[in-house]
Amino acid sequence: MAYAAGVDVGSTQTKAVIVDEKGDIVGRALIDTGANVIQAAEQSFLEALASQNIDEEEVEYVVGTGYGRYRVTFGNTQVTEISCHGRGAVHLFPNTRTVVDMGGQDTKAISVSAEGEIVDFCMNDKCAAGTGRFLGAAAAALDIPLDDLGAVSLKSTKPIKISTTCTVFAESEVLAWLGKGKKIEDILWGVHKSIASRSAGLMRRVGINDEITFTGGVSRNIGMVKALEERLEKPLNISEDCHYMGALGAALFALDHVLAGRAPVASAAEVTS
Amino acid sequence: MTTLDITEDIVGRGTREGAALFRDWFTELDHTANTGGQSAYVFVMGSINEILKSFDLPVVFPEINSLQTAVRHVAHEYLEVAESYGYSPDICGYVKADVGTQLQGGQHPMAKIPPPSLTVLTNACNTYIKWAEIWERMYKTPVFTIDIPGTRQDGCQTWPGSSDFEADRKYIEVQLRELITVCEEVTGKKFDIDKFREVLTHANTMSRSWKRILELNNSKPSLFNALTDGTIFLGVANGFRGTEEGARYFERLVEEMEYKAAHGIGQTIEEKYRLLFVGVPCYPIFRRFNELFTDWGGTFVNSTYLWFASGGTNRGFEYDLADPIASLAEGTLISVRDAMDSMFHQNVALKDMAEEFDVDGIIYHPIKSCRTVSTGLADGRKHMTDELGIPSLFIESDMMDRRVVSEAQMKNRIDAFFEGLESRHKQAAAGEKG
Repeated sequence: MAYAAGVDVGSTQTKAVIVDEKGDIVGRALIDTGANVIQAAEQSFLEALASQNIDEEEVEYVVGTGYGRYRVTFGNTQVTEISCHGRGAVHLFPNTRTVVDMGGQDTKAISVSAEGEIVDFCMNDKCAAGTGRFLGAAAAALDIPLDDLGAVSLKSTKPIKISTTCTVFAESEVLAWLGKGKKIEDILWGVHKSIASRSAGLMRRVGINDEITFTGGVSRNIGMVKALEERLEKPLNISEDCHYMGALGAALFALDHVLAGRAPVASAAEVTS
Repeated sequence: MTTLDITEDIVGRGTREGAALFRDWFTELDHTANTGGQSAYVFVMGSINEILKSFDLPVVFPEINSLQTAVRHVAHEYLEVAESYGYSPDICGYVKADVGTQLQGGQHPMAKIPPPSLTVLTNACNTYIKWAEIWERMYKTPVFTIDIPGTRQDGCQTWPGSSDFEADRKYIEVQLRELITVCEEVTGKKFDIDKFREVLTHANTMSRSWKRILELNNSKPSLFNALTDGTIFLGVANGFRGTEEGARYFERLVEEMEYKAAHGIGQTIEEKYRLLFVGVPCYPIFRRFNELFTDWGGTFVNSTYLWFASGGTNRGFEYDLADPIASLAEGTLISVRDAMDSMFHQNVALKDMAEEFDVDGIIYHPIKSCRTVSTGLADGRKHMTDELGIPSLFIESDMMDRRVVSEAQMKNRIDAFFEGLESRHKQAAAGEKG
């Protein structure tokens, strides 16, 4: 059996996915990126291999993606995470036409074709306002584990209106509302709604077409899923693998190379520089 | 001479000679500053060089001075001087770099810049007006503002023969005649109509050539990079408009481009994707910015910057020497209005250009510190995507301020854009085979 792998080195976390010849995920790993990006890429790859006892030699092609894609030193080539999220989303949910990827430092809205090709995309500006980083800052200010944020927010009965999504001012914004006696869940739901509103604006710029798939680390946050669905008035495609979508897309591009020559291949948009 | 010798002599001549002229220009400014000579401060969108050159006034383009600090990686030093003085980080970077230059006695990486004896501006950019007021306060020298009636509604420009156009033309002519009087007062020289005609003759040669050069770049492969090489041509077009050196330079540039077109000599990279550029270049990482595209085989075949930053002279308007002041008014109206339209009503021109130049994509580059040129770009991009389906990329940075230029984020977007283009091309190729 031949395998292909994708390694997505994000600003916060690094993900690795291994797929078999059919494109099914057979191994995955997720670690914090930390300061040593090269090491994070290697470790995530090795953990993904170990999760299913796959030998490194059996992986014929590796694609790096994410901001640290050029630090995947063992990778054969690189593809941006924008292309990878699009490719992965259409693979998991074939009717996907819009992808919203919310990660640690940026949010992307991606319009895709039925083949997973990128039609258009739009990202947040250079600052990290309205991204996962804002949620992280809010969690820190409220001393709540990041993974619990969404569930707590859904307990809200009187949501407040948060006017800023500036990550720098997140803590003072949250503390100011606490000082006014507002409940934590109401503040958090306000935070989720604010980010959802900003993300919906990005999505409108590329066109919001059914179906919508939510990817990236923040897709695990049930509060953000609900806030986005409420804002868009549409259901979102979600799965546990949405967090790995960039790595999955990278692995699928890698698989194209593996299969090249064996059968007609769908186009792979690769970076060779 | 062998063909090889001719090729080596002619190919790249425009960039070499342009750089030399640029140095000559700043040497003259340096001399003017050190000898206390007179100079006129002007702007790229409507310099009215034709009148100023007829009075032998050296021209200073503060916009060009400012961008040169960014290209030379010292803009932050000038911006910090202005910001320490009290200018906001949010305003035009060109203004602040110039204020930094003025506050340091005209010290600039290329030359000592003389203070203005006279400032001439148009309303093509709203910042020009407040910028000139800074010099007026600093130096107590005259500022002359020419009000150019712009396009009232997209696609509704008036043209010679209509009464509306004639009213606008006369409105400008009256202002130009006033400017001539001001120039006489400032310089102590009488206006010389014969010398003025001579200047117009050189300007005509330049305009005719500039138009031809831009047209020639629809060759395949394209002959010059509209972003990098084009900016050098643009500098000469502004600084040497109405001069014999400028006219000669552009004639020789036409010769070079025609030679390259005839011999199929393109840019130095293999051209895979032909691109249009909309906006102002990213001067803080000027070369690197271009490489982010050329690394993928992307070449810029045309740019709205070459239109509006040449004051609309890309239209190739030629003055009627029999009635020179009236004709200058007509040319100023048509050209400066076109420069404004290149920023605010560019969709029709871009559509034509995209088809004529067979482009693969359009790059929109809004900049943080110039809302004038950037505000409509998102709408424009949407229009072009909806109407033509041409792939486009929207990347924001700045023309001056390195602090708001994120190369990593830009590269990510640019790479993704080309991945999409590459994918489209592969699918199209597969479709043709199928």
